[in-house]
Amino acid sequence: MSDPILSTHALSAGYGDFQALFGVDLHMNEGEVISLIGANGAGKSTFLKSILGLIPAARNMVRFQGQEVGGTPAHMMVRKGLAMVPEGRRLFVGMSVEDNMRVAIDNARVPESDGQWSREKLFELFPILGEKRKQPVEDLSGGQQQMVAISRALLSQPRVLLCDEISLGLAPKVIREIYAALPEITAAGTAILLVEQDVSLAKKASNRLYCMLEGRITLSGASDDISRDAIAQAYFGASHAVA
Amino acid sequence: MQWLDALIQGILLGGMYAQYALGMALMFGVMRIVNIAHGDVMILLSLIAVSLAGVIPFGNIGLIIVVVPIAVLIGWALQKFILNVVVGGDELPSLIATFGLSIALQNLMLEIWSADTRSLPNSEIASASFQIGPFYVGLLPVIVLICAIFITGGLDGVLRYSRFGRGLRAAAADTEAAAMAGVNPQKIYATATAIGVGILGLAAVFAALRATVSPADGSAQLIYAFEAVIIGGMGSIWGAFWGAMVLGIAQAIGLRIDPGLGILFGHLVFLAVLAIRPQGLMARK
Repeated sequence: MSDPILSTHALSAGYGDFQALFGVDLHMNEGEVISLIGANGAGKSTFLKSILGLIPAARNMVRFQGQEVGGTPAHMMVRKGLAMVPEGRRLFVGMSVEDNMRVAIDNARVPESDGQWSREKLFELFPILGEKRKQPVEDLSGGQQQMVAISRALLSQPRVLLCDEISLGLAPKVIREIYAALPEITAAGTAILLVEQDVSLAKKASNRLYCMLEGRITLSGASDDISRDAIAQAYFGASHAVA
Repeated sequence: MQWLDALIQGILLGGMYAQYALGMALMFGVMRIVNIAHGDVMILLSLIAVSLAGVIPFGNIGLIIVVVPIAVLIGWALQKFILNVVVGGDELPSLIATFGLSIALQNLMLEIWSADTRSLPNSEIASASFQIGPFYVGLLPVIVLICAIFITGGLDGVLRYSRFGRGLRAAAADTEAAAMAGVNPQKIYATATAIGVGILGLAAVFAALRATVSPADGSAQLIYAFEAVIIGGMGSIWGAFWGAMVLGIAQAIGLRIDPGLGILFGHLVFLAVLAIRPQGLMARK
């Protein structure tokens, strides 16, 4: 088996005096879809941010494509091939759909013409964005904004895509549409790390699954093999099982 | 007839104010960084220009060629060493930091140049004028206005269509999300401030050619720049230009009513715009 494309080693991180992560070990292989589930405040978003360099981490805690990269600033991680769809979409308000995309193209790992993703290809994947390419992003619906956020991340031409709660606040039909696009993304070898609160969605969409509780990994394994009971226990902690 | 003359003089004055305001439009309007030292930096550059005037060849053109790069350097250093510390936060830290810088700069200038008013030596260009019908128009103010129009158009185009402009707008909208899209916010902000203060370098040479400057004059330039940006609408470069026009015309007309009313009239129009159209003339949204 080849080396993982992205891995964390005893990753600990936090905000100031508050420690949110306690020695998280996780790895993902090329083209794999991993789900990371957990309750609110379990540390999932902190985990993604510390991988991407938005929160300080020690150099040896994160390995990406065989390099130790912990604590590298986010914009340099993007150049190396890591991209993130942030929670709450975080689009560039006041800019058009296409300009939002072009910011990512301007700073991508490889030029749009050589990369896996182009605007034309994304307008095929999400036809509504093609129609609205000149419109300011704040005029779009929540689902459409999420499509822009995903497109923007893909136009960085990532090898690994981190998705933070992409289903949050969206209608079930829109969620299905967005998740239907995932196989297309992994087809060319891009690995995806999905952070989800919706357990069944996370289980269905992924090859492997990690569960996080209070800053620690409490369960991991192949998504098809893990029982719902085991997930419930890992998700809420042992005390819940007793109660 | 004299009102038409006031209008023309006001437009020309507005050209000068536009040059003060464009750097502010970039820093305050787009990046939301409050630079209280804006006027003082301009006065500093004016005084540097005055001191260099005898030394540098090719007259005023030579001065511009030397002062603008100095301004760019000052802007870059300002962002790199002071303002980047507060990138991504709210307006308050930058306001406090630059307020301190403003006071320090004023005292530094007093120490070096004393409180005397100074200006660039009278040159032909500063006193030349031409006649259009019954009106006399100064050559220098016309050059200032034309420069202001070109800089406004150029800056607006850069912001809209260049890679740098997109990166800057993205970083201004959401610094962290811009970093996630591969933008280096600190580098792009340093470049933007360098451009903003660079424009101020040009304005500084024109200001010293046009009138006198002294170390305490910075606060007036700061207010005019702020007012122009706010009248025009935050985030709009052409807005700042039109805001400067409104301010210049208001001052020129006020001056014609009573010589003591000019500056007050400008402030009154500013307050009126705030009351009637608080988002500004050309607000983005």
